[in-house]
Amino acid sequence: MEASARAEARGRPEVILRTARPRYGEKVIKGLLVLAASISVLTTTGIVLSLVEETVQFFGEVSIGDYLFGTDWTPLFNPPSFGVLPIVLGTFIVSGIGVLVAIPLGLGAAIYLSEYARPRVRKTIKPILELLAGVPTIVFGYFALTFFTPEILRGLFGDQVQIFNGLSAGIIVGFLIVPTVASISEDAMSAVPQSLREGAFGLGGSKLQVTLRVVFPAALSGIVASLVLGLSRAVGETMVVLIAAGQQPQWGANVFNPMETMTVFIGATAKGDISTGSLVYKTIFAVGMTLFVITLIMNLFSIRFVRKYRQVYE
Amino acid sequence: MSAHGETVAPPVEAVGRPAASRRAKDLGFRLALLGCLGLAVLLLGVLLWDVVTDGVDRLNFDFLTSFASTDADEAGIQGALWGTIWVMGVCALFIIPVGVATAVYLEEYADNTKWYNRLIEVNIQNLAAVPSIVYGILGLAFLVRGPLGLGPVVLAGGLTLGLLVLPVVIIAGREAIRAVPPSIREGSMALGATQWQTIWRQVLPAAIPGIATGVILALSRAIGETAPLIVIGTPVFVAFNPDGLDSSFTAMPIQIFDWISRPSNDVNNYLPLAAAGILLLMIVLICMNAIAIWLRNRYEQKW
Repeated sequence: MEASARAEARGRPEVILRTARPRYGEKVIKGLLVLAASISVLTTTGIVLSLVEETVQFFGEVSIGDYLFGTDWTPLFNPPSFGVLPIVLGTFIVSGIGVLVAIPLGLGAAIYLSEYARPRVRKTIKPILELLAGVPTIVFGYFALTFFTPEILRGLFGDQVQIFNGLSAGIIVGFLIVPTVASISEDAMSAVPQSLREGAFGLGGSKLQVTLRVVFPAALSGIVASLVLGLSRAVGETMVVLIAAGQQPQWGANVFNPMETMTVFIGATAKGDISTGSLVYKTIFAVGMTLFVITLIMNLFSIRFVRKYRQVYE
Repeated sequence: MSAHGETVAPPVEAVGRPAASRRAKDLGFRLALLGCLGLAVLLLGVLLWDVVTDGVDRLNFDFLTSFASTDADEAGIQGALWGTIWVMGVCALFIIPVGVATAVYLEEYADNTKWYNRLIEVNIQNLAAVPSIVYGILGLAFLVRGPLGLGPVVLAGGLTLGLLVLPVVIIAGREAIRAVPPSIREGSMALGATQWQTIWRQVLPAAIPGIATGVILALSRAIGETAPLIVIGTPVFVAFNPDGLDSSFTAMPIQIFDWISRPSNDVNNYLPLAAAGILLLMIVLICMNAIAIWLRNRYEQKW
């Protein structure tokens, strides 16, 4: 058999089939691409490592109980006190006001754009919302301090409004997250199949009924996700609050008075000259860790919600 | 979509309610929605008007060519302007190769049934939502102090902002690459090109407009970021232009923040300076966005 095979082969023009020439260059390039992709993972690792390392050292000097449940936040005083609750409360009051502003404005804009607006109107309004999203937050901070507090809030509530106050920061942060809320909710509502609307109209529903009782509930998971993402942006917002809300922690809920949030503490403290390894330096990381964990939980929650609604309609 | 409401409107007798009240309700709801949208647009309008009226008098040639000064009449933004240009340069040189390479890997090579590729994807989604000030903490711990110990210099500022906006470039890059139809790749492969030759000569050139738009949007986000630069300890009072990667610097948003937070009085009123700085920043931003929109419209390819 072997001999006959050889003979056959001899009769044919010689064709040599070898495995393809190994292309090392391709492998090297793929390696480089993997390396680039791993930078994003390294960034997360770096964030977690830097936060954890200093936070662990921080809790070597301050007890966790005092930190999590204390209501007195004076880390720069002598003797210092490290009860984080006042700045957590400040964070949630400011971002809570923000979400209260963003719910009607953002959802209203989203419903209008998705269900009511003609294509031409949508084409003009979407870039305006994108412009709103593109304005640097320091500009909003300037606006809150020099216009919104003195002209609007003092006009409405009089002199009980201090020049630095939580309300002004909260409302402006609300406007800041309107584009986030509006664009994600609009995507969710646009993803609702047209057949659902047609079915509801066919049963005699009015535009209002179809929008509120069919489209809105069908898109609810996406809408909730947009609000959670908006809240997470509000919690992480620094400049508006740093400029407009003052930098005094308040263990109370008087929104006309100055407030301090977690981000404001980090920004205001890091601005001063602090030496590496000092307790104040570690405090920045402990607060950063608290902030990171809170926003991470919100983001994961929101990503899961968005996935869920995608699975339903695609 | 509004056509549906009109064409499919049910006969009046089908519902036990007069049509007039339904119409009134519908109209009221519509007006409320318009009001919400109007309020957001109105605020943007008032904000722009406020900044323009406050700052337009100070925005002149002297403002651009003067350095920081405690005398409000003498102060200008030159150092901060050049600082921003340097930092944006570093940022762009970092995010373009790394962002595009990551996007190429995830779209062209990665097998997304593998756990590590899914990890990279979820990770990028998460990074996009991490508060910017946390990136400042990362920069402070790793770049400025700690292992690299660069100090608050141009390189540290550019890399910190680069890490912050990297997800924007990756996400835009992936969309642009995904929009190139598979037939282009198959045609190239059928002619004997390797995978990388296909990507480099066919896919990337077709995806460039989308990638460029993403890069510009990322830079326009980075240029206005203040919080991370504050945390890494960017100095506010710099009366010189940076002259290298290891040079101390300040940036436009930092300078604006400094002018806002200085106590102003009748002799030295820093607020008009802040407004003029904001105006300059907004003009730069609008130009960048205009370029991005132009790129998108000019080179957008329909397959």
